Order: sequence, then C-alpha cells, then structure tokens
Amino acid sequence: MPVPILRLDDVLVASIQAALTDQDLLQLRDDLSEKVGRFRARGVIVDVTALDVLDSFATRTVRGIAYTARLRGARTVVVGIQPDVAFAMVQLGLTLEGVATALDLDEGLALLRRDAP
Amino acid sequence: MTGRLSEPLRVRLPVSEELDVVLARTCGRELALQQGFREAATGAIATAISEVARNIIVHAGTGEIVLEVVEGRGRRELVVLARDRGPGIPDLHRAMEDGYSTAGGLGLGLSSARRLMDEFGVVSTVGKGTMVTMKKWAA
Repeated sequence: MPVPILRLDDVLVASIQAALTDQDLLQLRDDLSEKVGRFRARGVIVDVTALDVLDSFATRTVRGIAYTARLRGARTVVVGIQPDVAFAMVQLGLTLEGVATALDLDEGLALLRRDAP
Repeated sequence: MTGRLSEPLRVRLPVSEELDVVLARTCGRELALQQGFREAATGAIATAISEVARNIIVHAGTGEIVLEVVEGRGRRELVVLARDRGPGIPDLHRAMEDGYSTAGGLGLGLSSARRLMDEFGVVSTVGKGTMVTMKKWAA
C-alpha cells in the first residue's frame, strides 16, 4: 500500500496510514527522495503514528530516508513514534541518530518552521 | 486482566510473503493486548515476531508462526514459534551475533528478537530447517 505524500508549502508530509511491509517502506524512501527534488522541498515529515513496529529493517530505512533527504537539502522530522514502539526500540538499542523527532505532526511542523534559516 | 484460560489458545499463521510478516506481528500484538500484557511487552512481542518472520521469508521462503498462550510456573506466557523447512543455519553462534548475515540483510534479526523476549532458543539443522522458540511473560 503506497504512502500518501502531501505538500505543505516547502514541506513534504508522508503520512503512513497503516502497518507497512518492507517493500512499502523502500517505496516510500524512493518516492520521498524523488519528490524532494521535484518540489524543491526544504523539509520532510515522516508521520509514523500508524506504524505498529519499528524493527531493525524499518529503523534503518527511516534513517536512510532522513540521510538521503539531508544530502538533497531537506531536513527530516520523524513524528508520532508510539510508546510501545519506542519501548521496543530502546530495548533493541535502535536509534534514529542524527534524525530529528517530534511528538506529532504539529510539533514537527513547528520544529521545521522554528529552525528554518 | 483476563481470567483463567479455559483452553489453550493457539494460532497458526503461514508465512510466505511480506504481508504475512505484518499479519503475524499484528496478530501477536492483539493477542498480547487481549491477554493483559503491558504496553512495553506488546511492542517487544510485535517487533520480535517481525524479525523472526522476516527471517523466514529471507532465508526459507515459506514457513509458519505459531502463537500460543500458556499458563505455566504460576504465570501466563505468550509463546512464539517460528519454523521453516529452509536451509538451516550452519553456524548458530555467529548467526546470533549482531551484524552477521548470510543473505545480505542487517544481521540483526535473531539477536534483536532474543533481546526483546524473556526466553529464546533456536534449533536448526542444515538442510532441514529452523525453529525459533521465544516467550514473553505477562508481568
């Protein structure tokens, strides 16, 4: 199931609607990378509120999305990591090192606006 | 908390494509929630199932996940079996290490699942298949 990507001015919002397969996640990575260029986005928000699990593969892929976007000139904020998902990530020692996170979409947008040059 | 189990609860889930990985972990989470596991435990269970189910797809192609709720030693346990008739694991010790992979993956599957669960074991025979057994105790 493809993830819808919305555009709010110069920010792309990927709003994950349900649990994703590995293939869906890779598709999202590719779609976002392409859209950052096409829409000259300066910010990317990945909303993972509906994501049930951030396991080793998903964490690496989300990190990859953020690093790729940064190399293309856009900053990424991951929003909506649920408490049980966060617990499991901590237990695994999985980190989103170097990737900004925020509680929800509003906070994520505020973070991008606040830090905009 | 729910009351005593009248009969053993057991769910068998075939795993042969990526969507089955999602279904298996969703089912595991629902079962854990229904059995009164804490939020931290339900996340751990779902994540561990995701790791071992992905291993089935990547290494064996097909297999199954069996979820079971049992009462034992005065507590309730959620047991996850992941089994396949794939190529088996030649070097289990190395397979349990972080970052060791024979299929070009991350090599984090088994070690991750072990960290998330209270009990963990793997039996594997080269050419015959692999069975992972893991348990989470209800707090």
